[in-house]
Formats: sequence, structure tokens, C-alpha cells
Amino acid sequence: MNTTYQLVNTGDSRSFPTSHAFLEAASAEGAGLVLIGAEAGVALARVQEVAKRTFVAVELGNECLGVHTGESRGQEGSNVVGFARFRLGQSDPSALIELVRQPQTRAEALAAARAAFEAAGFKVAVCQDFPGRIVNRLIRPYLNAALRRLDEKLATADDLDKTLCLGLGYPEGPISLLERTGLADHHDVTLDLYRALGQEAYAPARRAQVAKLRTAL
Amino acid sequence: MTDIKTIGIAGAGTMGAGIAIVCARAGFKTRVFDLQEASLTRARAQTEGFLRKSVERGKLSPEKLPQIMDQWLGTTRLEDLADCDLVIEAVFESLPAKHALFSQLHAICPQHTIFASNTSTISITEIAGGSGRPDRFVGMHFCLPAQLMKLVEMSPGLSTSEATFDQAWALCEALGQKPVRTQDTTGFILNYFLIPFNNDAIRLVEQGVAEPADIDLAIKTGMGYAMGPMELLDLVGMDTQKLLCEAMHASTHEPRAACPPLVRRMIAAGWLGKKSGRGFHTYADNKMYGA
Repeated sequence: MNTTYQLVNTGDSRSFPTSHAFLEAASAEGAGLVLIGAEAGVALARVQEVAKRTFVAVELGNECLGVHTGESRGQEGSNVVGFARFRLGQSDPSALIELVRQPQTRAEALAAARAAFEAAGFKVAVCQDFPGRIVNRLIRPYLNAALRRLDEKLATADDLDKTLCLGLGYPEGPISLLERTGLADHHDVTLDLYRALGQEAYAPARRAQVAKLRTAL
Repeated sequence: MTDIKTIGIAGAGTMGAGIAIVCARAGFKTRVFDLQEASLTRARAQTEGFLRKSVERGKLSPEKLPQIMDQWLGTTRLEDLADCDLVIEAVFESLPAKHALFSQLHAICPQHTIFASNTSTISITEIAGGSGRPDRFVGMHFCLPAQLMKLVEMSPGLSTSEATFDQAWALCEALGQKPVRTQDTTGFILNYFLIPFNNDAIRLVEQGVAEPADIDLAIKTGMGYAMGPMELLDLVGMDTQKLLCEAMHASTHEPRAACPPLVRRMIAAGWLGKKSGRGFHTYADNKMYGA
């Protein structure tokens, strides 16, 4: 399998804020194409002969891949995949790549993209094209609930964190984690998911709203 | 410091047996009550087996083992808990059953005896209301397996006196445990967050967002959790998850606490989790596949 790839960096990549083996492994003759940065989706529209690539991987924000590829009758899918390296707020990005596919994504393209990321040391989790992918979809309601229950005095912040660390072996409790990675950032992500999914559990908790408003002061 | 010398454990199931180990190991005279002689025999054998492993692993000095076993006293007669300063209830999750037990204990135990419940889903205030001594009643929720997990969620009911709570807290520390204080609301802290989180993960599988193995990988790699939600659910068991959901949703009506339909289908198919060889993952020889 040919897993070489060209790289187009549109700037301000959340997945790759600094240099990484994955970026260094790119070559001008690569058979695939990786688009990173805040404008990766826009850049996709300018790519010539997309179908001739082994795969095209587009860095995603909180939006769905379909925004960039278009969708039709549940039969969308090509050699274009989406991806994001999971990262909480401004903390260092993790070793996780969430690789986004569509119903008819070509299996060879998915396999080639996966192999390219794995060759750079990433763990790759594949998911379908839904808002929040896997991790944000699961943790944002939990983080909102933790903030809400702190307001309701279920326990002190320290006891909430201590309970989840001691009881479930979490490396960090929710309150400490949000303080470290940024409540305002949590606000932005969970608000995007709330708009996309319409479920109350994603609505930014009061403390996240306060933190967001304070960034404008 | 604690004035408590003798602790009663009501119910010699998995939780009760584990809590009894914690008490006896910390040097307290521990009276274990169960209606079934067989449960007591099993709990005592499990205790001895656990302590022997602790000795083998150098966590317990050999001469301590018989001393601890001497502190462990099983009985099928509730009257034998009459000299207990604290009784921790760990019977099945039924409010009428717990009320029946505590009203008998109230007649047997002296005035100063504190009652505690290890319930995970029933309100402490509601259990205390049928105990005859709601002011001397406290929630003490140990984690499974109690003999290994340090965390204890301690909740005062609406009528619990601060003196009672303080005494129970001091006792918990004397047991070598790590107490946290939580309100008497459904699921306390741990289950309040865990049950809906696990349900959300089940819904991702239901909706075809990702395969169980990808969900586990993503959560472990992205969040640094030791175990993914699907692996954890396979250990909990779908039958237990359903009971937890029913208890939590009935009292909170929070949508995330509602039992996902897939859980019922998996129970019907016999996919209970690790114990039945198949849940979200498939198991053989106790080894994990697909994760």
C-alpha cells in the first residue's frame, strides 16, 4: 500500500501547532494529500483531480466532513476522509487521531490514511461523520454536568475531582481538567455541539458561559 | 480518633464481604450478619483467601492473618449485632428490605449505635426515615472491590446530625479509607457521572457513530483513562447497567440516565458482558478481543 502523501498547510492547525514526525514525513511526490490548518476545508475545493489521490485527508474543526465534500441521499463518500488530532483547549495535542469516514468512503483510501497516521505513531479511531466525533461527543455532557453539579453543591471541587480519580482511575478530575485546559474553550466546543445536536446536555454550563464572557472584558 | 470498637456488617454478599475485610483488617471487631449460613461460609473463605494473597505479596505480615480472622465473626442471628457501635448495611437494593432490617436493628442496638447504608442508588434520607434513628444515620458508599478501593462517598441525610457524620467520617479514616462528602442525591458523585456517561457511549454504538473498539481506543488515548466505556460496561454487565439506569432515571428523569434500548436487546440476546463471554467485546479464556 502506498501511504506517501503531500502536505498543504493553510496555517493555524489545531492538530499540529508545532512540528511533528507526521508533517516531516510528507513529500512533494506523495500519492495522497493531507490538508491541515484552519482553512483545510476551503483548500479542498481548490485541489485538482482529487480522485487520482490514494487518499485526501482534511483537518476538521467541530464541523462535519460533509460540509466540505457535500452529501447526497446517505450515499456520500469518496477517497476524502476527515481527521482531527484530539486536543483539549490549549493543552498539548494527544496521540489520538479521530479519522472520519462517510457511508461510501472507499476502503482503500481509509486504510491508506490510517496507515499514514499510524506510521507517525498515532492511535487511530475511525468514526462516522457526526458532530463531535467520539471524544468531544462523550465528554462535553460529562464536563457540563460536573460544572452544574458543582454549582448545586453536590460536593466541593476537590471532592468531585478526588472521587472520579479514586473511583474510576481518571488521571484528572473534571474541574481541574477544565481549569487547566480552559473553560472558555470548553464553552466554544460544547456550544457548537449544542447547536448541531440540539440536546440540552451540550448547552454550555453556567461556569463556562461566565468564563467565555470574561474573555471579552 | 474514633470511639467505635465493634462494627456490624449486614449482608455478606460481594460488597458486605469486602467492607468486612476493610474493618477487620483495620483492627475492629467485625460482626458479619447474613440470613444464609452458606453466604457467611463463602465470605469467610474469600476473606481468608484474600488475606493470604496479601501475605504472599508482602502487603500483610503473616502473624496478622490469624489476628484478623479472629476479629471476623459471622452470625445468622441479628441479635448478635447488639454490641456494635456502627452497623453498615449492604443488603440488596430494596427500600422495604432495608427498612425492615433497620427497624429490627433499632430494637436490638443501643442508643449510641450509628447506622450506615452502602446503598448506591437509594436516598439515604429515605432509608433513614424507616430506621427509627434518622439523626444517627449516614450514607457510606464503598467502591467495588471494597478491600482494594480506598474511596468512600459519605452522605448525610436531611436529618443526620453533624456529630454522627463527624463520627462516621473519623471511623472511615480510621479504616484507612479516603472519604469524600457528597449530598444525598441519586448516584452521589461516582454513579451520577458514570451511568449517563456509559449510556452516552452505548448510544454512539446504537447510532452507528463508531465501533466499540474505536470508542474505547479514542477515550483511552484522548483522555488517558485506564479503561474505555465499552470495556467498563462489559465488566459492569448489561443487566446491572439496566438496573442502575432504572433507579437513576426513576428519581432524576434526566434523559441521559434513561436505559438505551440496545441494553435491553443485548440482555435478551444473552450478551451480558464479560461474564457471559460476549458484550460489546467478545471474550474467550478471560482474554479480551476486539479492544
